[in-house]
Amino acid sequence: MTQHKIRIVHYINQFFGGIGGEDKADFRPEERLGFVGPGQVIQASLGDTGEIVATIICGDGFFNENIEEAKSIVASLIAKHKPDLVIAGPAFNAGRYGVACGAVAEAISEKHAIPVISAMHPENPGVELYKRHAYILETGKSAAEMRKVAPQIAKLAKAIFDKEEITPETHGIIPRGIRKNYFHKERGAKRAVKMLKAKLAYQPFKTEYPMPVFDRVAPNPPVLSVRNAKIAILTSGGIVPKGNPDRIESSSASKYGKYTLAGLTDLTSDSFETAHGGYDPVYANADPDRVLPLDVLREMEKNGEIGELHNYYYATVGNGTSVNNAINYAKSIARDLKNDGIQAAILTST
Amino acid sequence: MVKEIERAGIPVVHMCTIVPISLTVGANRIVPTVAIPYPLGNPALSADDEKELRRSLVRKALRALETEVHGQVVF
Repeated sequence: MTQHKIRIVHYINQFFGGIGGEDKADFRPEERLGFVGPGQVIQASLGDTGEIVATIICGDGFFNENIEEAKSIVASLIAKHKPDLVIAGPAFNAGRYGVACGAVAEAISEKHAIPVISAMHPENPGVELYKRHAYILETGKSAAEMRKVAPQIAKLAKAIFDKEEITPETHGIIPRGIRKNYFHKERGAKRAVKMLKAKLAYQPFKTEYPMPVFDRVAPNPPVLSVRNAKIAILTSGGIVPKGNPDRIESSSASKYGKYTLAGLTDLTSDSFETAHGGYDPVYANADPDRVLPLDVLREMEKNGEIGELHNYYYATVGNGTSVNNAINYAKSIARDLKNDGIQAAILTST
Repeated sequence: MVKEIERAGIPVVHMCTIVPISLTVGANRIVPTVAIPYPLGNPALSADDEKELRRSLVRKALRALETEVHGQVVF
């Protein structure tokens, strides 16, 4: 049984903290007493079992551009309140927010041995990077699920505080890749034969040791000399001709674009812009070369540093874009590049 | 995306600011950049200095494409 109220510190980003949108992504860590933003529904779900004593807010841009510094500032702001538990997020499918939540979990669980709860979409990069360091509840992609997730967070918080055993099956968390030893009623050989019989009979069975999926592609041999190579440039930073003719979405992009660079030596705000909704567009709109470095590549083409720059570039918006979609775009782009005799590619990301 | 380009047999360099994400998605040649909203620039610099910064980052990426690697390398 819960003895006293669970002391909780909540970590959220600048957006949920009400500081501002992408223009405030460089917001440095600050604390507020009590709950803020999504903390309100979580607190309501916790009722009398717990209390959010403080909320730490940090901009996603600041955190990801200064991971070590941000981690240590946030961790010390949290630890000061001596919480029993930390909640980070939910981050849903916001990549930089997910990475920040995961990094906070890593710092807090390792240095202070305080359990951390987060909640994310399984494709959030924060999951793969930090799943060992937090109990991450599985969510959908969008923050519209906040009201659904809040009671799950509250329930998990109580279970952790009451020292229940937390497993993916019982509590809906994403598997952390941690194995625990225990004595099974039946010996291994018997269980293996049972599984084999089920498999042979086309009946459902469950492996006791799912194989991890490592999808790694070995690096290709280098190009001998870029001076003789035809090079293509691609970006997930959403640089598109002004007006976004293909209407590539600012998040969860459903397509990519292929645009000509013929006759261009520089990208300017008159003819190009960014369609990306996941970072402050001011700098890329003022000078799109900051994301797609055409100006210097043309220079290098002219002075012979590279053989040739491909006269088309490819762009999509890497902002909550599903992994499957990204794979399909790149497959189709790669086929195109092969057909055009491209020998090397540069991909820029924001 | 970077992995599928590589899989197709085209050596590719990923220029990005959040290196841990690049490592997770499986890029092999990685060049860290300046900041999320301006990976290849810095609005605090003069136009000339900013272009020189961009030039040096792109040169680094070109050297990465000319370098043999056996796994993930952050240049």
